Amino acid sequence: MADIAPRYLDAGETALVVEFGTTVDPQINDRVLALDAAFTALKLEGVRETVPTYRSLMIHYDPLVIDRAAVIAAVESLEATPVTSSAPKSHWLIPCCYAHEYAEDLTHIAEMTKLSEERVVELHTGARYRVYMYGFAPGFCYLGGVPKELIVSRRETPRPPHPTNVVLLGGGLTLITTFSMPTGWWLIGRSPERMFSLKRENNFFVGVGDTLQFVPVDAATFATLDARAEAGEVVSRKAAT
Amino acid sequence: MRAALRILSAGPGVTTQDRGRNGYLRFGASEAGPMDRLAHRLANRAVGSPMDSPALEVSNGGVEVAVEGAPASVALSGGAFNIALDGRPLPPACVVTLEPGMRLSVRAGATGSWCYVAPAGQIEVAPMLGSISTHTRTALGGIGGRPLMAGDVLPLSGARSGLGGPFEIVSPTLQRYDGGIRVILGPQDDFFAPDQIDAFLHGPWVVSGRSDRMAYQLEGPKLTHCKGFNIVSDGIAMGAIQVPGVGQPVVLMADRQPTGGYPKIATVIGVDLGRLAQMRPGDTLHFEKVSVAQAVEARRQEARLLTEPVVLTPLVRTELSSEFLLGLNLVDGVTAAEHPHS
Repeated sequence: MADIAPRYLDAGETALVVEFGTTVDPQINDRVLALDAAFTALKLEGVRETVPTYRSLMIHYDPLVIDRAAVIAAVESLEATPVTSSAPKSHWLIPCCYAHEYAEDLTHIAEMTKLSEERVVELHTGARYRVYMYGFAPGFCYLGGVPKELIVSRRETPRPPHPTNVVLLGGGLTLITTFSMPTGWWLIGRSPERMFSLKRENNFFVGVGDTLQFVPVDAATFATLDARAEAGEVVSRKAAT
Repeated sequence: MRAALRILSAGPGVTTQDRGRNGYLRFGASEAGPMDRLAHRLANRAVGSPMDSPALEVSNGGVEVAVEGAPASVALSGGAFNIALDGRPLPPACVVTLEPGMRLSVRAGATGSWCYVAPAGQIEVAPMLGSISTHTRTALGGIGGRPLMAGDVLPLSGARSGLGGPFEIVSPTLQRYDGGIRVILGPQDDFFAPDQIDAFLHGPWVVSGRSDRMAYQLEGPKLTHCKGFNIVSDGIAMGAIQVPGVGQPVVLMADRQPTGGYPKIATVIGVDLGRLAQMRPGDTLHFEKVSVAQAVEARRQEARLLTEPVVLTPLVRTELSSEFLLGLNLVDGVTAAEHPHS
């Protein structure tokens, strides 16, 4: 797997997709993140920004400053050298409230998985998730590493906009949202955390490739943390990795 | 007193736009920025501002603006909008100097979807994630991330009014390529058999009414996929053309999400994004396949034209009524150039 050369796909004349695979796979994602870190460190003039996803790295560039061949040559020079571990990743403990008023689909998830609601929460909080990518909206996190028992299909039809900062489950993923929007996933809980806030200097505190775990909090704790997060504080804790 | 732009009335879709956000796609934040970058840049250049300075983007809903506190020149460029200063018609690409009390109106015209109003001076609104570009879906940029409304006041720093005018903007960039919308195939063109690629290029496609700053939806022949229509999400460049299961293409524009999960058959080249953006619901188009090298060459040519001085032609004649012109018998001289005597 690690030896397969990436494919180079043009997304117009100003973006190049370096594709390592077509599936969701931690090893593929590792290669994406390693290339992202190494390529970014080159600080090539004309490279506008890079976007890591599950399986590919999109490189946005100005072709009047750096041409396609030079972008590919830079990627190939990095791929030819053994992958050194990328920037150290952090592990985050994210508070999440599973009380019914914040977890409207918990009962349904329990029915689908034939588990008790307590067991669903225990499994959801027991797992260590990897941040595969952001997408959809600022701070919207795609997390992989959902326990097998909690793999359920998504809704057949999307539901109307959900509240802000809810935690979703479905299709083998769990997700932390920021904005209110319609969704095809199930609402398993709500976090007081803001994965994106303009009130903080670090608008986004979790990096792609970081790991995180949910810590259950009761409704009263949720209310306290929610007020602090709203005021611009990060209420999650960074744990030893 | 400091100059400011006041919005007297605004249809939907009047926003502030600069170069767009940079560096936050990886966190899920959209780029935003102007729908027609060339027109945005030309307007800024015409008033001597850096090319990617903040400007108003006006949709076909139109806008009326005035200055307060001090005079300021503004440039307009974009589609063939109906521009008027205190009721006096002006060409779609022009420079005028607004004195307090004057009313500049920008209304939908014969063609086009977006018009830029660039003041001589800096629009002072607080950047969000490094940009004042408005992305209404995620409430970023401009004033509270929302479209501008009547009563909004945008402070201008370093406002200049020495340009005088009115002038018509004369620029070679206003003559655009008039063939099909040029695309580079990919990144997922391998999800389509060759006959489907041909059908895609040939169209013809009609711009749907369900089109906005996020995406232009196209209606035409139903395209089929040969490998399904779900992919594991990857990055989306501006101009990427997704083909979801229903087989009707969707061109992702300035307010697009940074990533997505449908196969992208092709990507509109940079210099044709503005041309596409200026189309309206009901307009038809087809695509033309070009290489990366051709797209880069077109881009280089546009960048070169944009560095040439913007010529401002004084609009003296528009102050004269047509009756007056007929009386002077100047019209023969004007029309002779357009209709040579046989």
